[in-house]
Amino acid sequence: MTFDQILFYVFSFWFIVASLAMIFSRNAAKAVLFLILSFFSAAGIWILLEAEFLAIILILVYVGAVMVLFLFVIKMLNIDKSTLRARFTGYLPLGLIVAVIIVFEMAMVLGYNQFGLDVVVAPVKHTADYSNITILALQLYTDYIYSFELAAVLLLIAIIAAITLVHRKRINCKNQSIVDQIKVQAKDRVRLVSISSKNKENK
Amino acid sequence: MISLSDYLILSAIIFCIGLVGIFVNRTNIITLLMCVELILVAVNTNFIAFSNFLGNEAGQIFVFFILTVAAAEVAIGLAILTLLFRVKGSISVDVTNSLKG
Repeated sequence: MTFDQILFYVFSFWFIVASLAMIFSRNAAKAVLFLILSFFSAAGIWILLEAEFLAIILILVYVGAVMVLFLFVIKMLNIDKSTLRARFTGYLPLGLIVAVIIVFEMAMVLGYNQFGLDVVVAPVKHTADYSNITILALQLYTDYIYSFELAAVLLLIAIIAAITLVHRKRINCKNQSIVDQIKVQAKDRVRLVSISSKNKENK
Repeated sequence: MISLSDYLILSAIIFCIGLVGIFVNRTNIITLLMCVELILVAVNTNFIAFSNFLGNEAGQIFVFFILTVAAAEVAIGLAILTLLFRVKGSISVDVTNSLKG
């Protein structure tokens, strides 16, 4: 067994175990931590596949930003612990049966007869001066520049949508209205009230 | 050596784990979002495996875009979740039945 195979099986084992622990853990914060472990294992597998840039992006952006965002929301929302007891209602047997059938069907289609080493030969490992980022950047900024710009616009839309959704207008907040301040005139500010004076003699 | 079908079967297993997670989860929507993330990572592993074995870097570009879309989806999903918690006071799947679907 070569070193690559040992790495592959170690990473795959923790990937699967952490994913299973994620979907069966009662606590949402623990689920996020297990998901972080499974993403790390996925990044290891991606490095075995020589996609170094995407593996680093998976750790930096996914674990560093998205998972922390999940943890932030879980800590911010006060999730009722008593409702967490009612789990796995009814759907667990059916879900397991469906999943096992899907895995076996996919394993039949994707098995060694179709995608084994004698059908799809293993690629030659790149030399040390191979730069994954250079290759990706060359493709990204030439052939896929339009999609790249679209992705940037998509992220902008996501930012605007997220802020618009959760932004709450305060009720008892005193704001300065500059337009009203400029448009104001003396008769709006000063109100002359005619009050009839009373005589002292009538008292 | 590790063959392409090893990677494909691994990602199929991860995909089905995410699917079971969506099936069995009834308590909070955050875990549902996390299962969707798991499914997306399985699909990305497929893309990268084919990209490496066929010697074509276009698959990695697609993974890049999938990661972008997934990040946007998580941001909006968590914003909707916060809004739901503010209105309903709970993020259980059972309380989101206003549409009677």
